[in-house]
Amino acid sequence: MIPLVRRWAVLVVAVALWEPAARAGDSPFFPPPSAIAVALRDRLWDTDLVAAHLLPGVGRMLAGWAIAALCGVVAGLLLGRSGVVLQYLSPLFAFVRAVPPPLLVPLFLVLFDLGTPMQLATIVVGVIWPVLLSSIDGAASVHPVQVETARVLQLRHTDWWLRVVLPAAAPKVLAGLRVSLSLALILMVISELVGATNGLGFQLALAQRRFDFLTMWAVVVLLGVLGYAFNSGLVAAESRVLRRQRKEA
Amino acid sequence: MSVALDVSGLAHRYGPGPAVVDVSLDARPGELVCIVGPSGCGKSTLLRAVAGLLTPTSGEVRVDGEPVRGVVPGLAMVFQDYSRSLYPWLTVRGNVELPLRGHVERSERQERAEEALKHVGLDGQGGRYPRQLSGGMQQRVAIARALAHRPTLLLLDEPFASVDAQTRADLEDLLLRVRAEHGMTALLVTHDIDEAVYLADRVVVLSPAPATVAAVLAVDLPGTRDQIGTRAAPEFVHLRTEVARLLRR
Ligand SMILES: Nc1ncnc2c1ncn2[C@@H]1O[C@H](COP(=O)(O)OP(=O)(O)OP(=O)(O)O)[C@@H](O)[C@H]1O
Ligand SMILES: [Mg+2]
Repeated sequence: MIPLVRRWAVLVVAVALWEPAARAGDSPFFPPPSAIAVALRDRLWDTDLVAAHLLPGVGRMLAGWAIAALCGVVAGLLLGRSGVVLQYLSPLFAFVRAVPPPLLVPLFLVLFDLGTPMQLATIVVGVIWPVLLSSIDGAASVHPVQVETARVLQLRHTDWWLRVVLPAAAPKVLAGLRVSLSLALILMVISELVGATNGLGFQLALAQRRFDFLTMWAVVVLLGVLGYAFNSGLVAAESRVLRRQRKEA
Repeated sequence: MSVALDVSGLAHRYGPGPAVVDVSLDARPGELVCIVGPSGCGKSTLLRAVAGLLTPTSGEVRVDGEPVRGVVPGLAMVFQDYSRSLYPWLTVRGNVELPLRGHVERSERQERAEEALKHVGLDGQGGRYPRQLSGGMQQRVAIARALAHRPTLLLLDEPFASVDAQTRADLEDLLLRVRAEHGMTALLVTHDIDEAVYLADRVVVLSPAPATVAAVLAVDLPGTRDQIGTRAAPEFVHLRTEVARLLRR
């Protein structure tokens, strides 16, 4: 593993090169990073960007993701152990999963009105598939000997699900949760671009209409930071679980 | 005379070829019956049918007079594939306590688990994970888990196959001690002739695949056995020669 400092060095150098290039180019579409940083700081400090746009949007995203995660994991584990039912449903899943989730936005705009219900529905329905499918995979992968052992031990239902199936499926479940969290961020922004009155996506669309490129860039950077933070959080949770399962002497 | 376990005319086939053809055997309450047979002759299949883990193609298994449909209460089993039969995400203690959950109070659960671990010489190892233990230690955890269950019918599938000679002798004597204490009925599969004769009240010799019963031999050795004296007794030597001759055919 390359040390942390050196891995980040590439990003620092890229930004350092971008700065003079942007200054030399002097294009309104590509402001220098320093100007973006100042713009971001100003908007975070002076305007209601955080309270009125960032928090509601992220709140919807996390709520949608949490609902999808709960439903996806529960349904996925049950289906993964169901055998026959799963065989009937898997062609359906294969089809639904192939539909790009952003296509749900126009559909749900018609079904719901502008606003939170539509965005929540988009996020939940869009991000449940990675969780559901990876939970099914994980639950189906409990080793036959572990299944027979559980039968001989005559475990209670709760112990079977929580102490055997869930831990056995955990690596795959967590991988699915991570995919769906990054998808949730994407869907959050897309649904706000077209169907919201607040949120970072809404701010982005607004700034675009006003030719306010600095704000656009600031929002893009902020979204990047958000995505990175969420992903790192889940990667950390994942490695903790995996470390426990692969504990070596 | 009452029988604890009665297997009559058992046959099983997984695919086209039969795995077990016609096996009948019984065990009196508190009796220790050893099953010896060549590799791949269907010993594990037989044991899984007795455990209620598979429904035999024909024939019947009765425990305490009742036909077996699924795992009977009071049954414990030590699997041949012990490393897979321990749950890697649970500690040693967690594995041993697992079948007691929902049946006994927390404090008694811990007590029984500790006692069972002590029985197999693993006291103080409860906090470690299976992967941190050697193969022989893992096998002892599996045995401790079966003992903590306080079974009335104990099935063991080559339980001592992977431990060194000294540990093996210790575990054999442990099994005899526990059996004397609790008086459970036990069915032990092994491919080791000496082990079968040393442990058993009766030895069932199986034919090469697909299994049929080649012979049933009563072991006329004193109830309490010891590793050196018993193995030198003329009756022991005579029996082991007899079994070896039967297996050679
Ligand atoms: N789940 C299964 N599906 C198909 N065939 C199986 C299955 N389990 C066992 N068999 C086959 O049945 C036969 C008997 O297997 P079994 O495991 O009962 O033998 P065994 O006497 O326990 O062997 P070993 O001495 O190696 O433990 C073998 O030919 C094996 O390939
Ligand atoms: Mg076997």
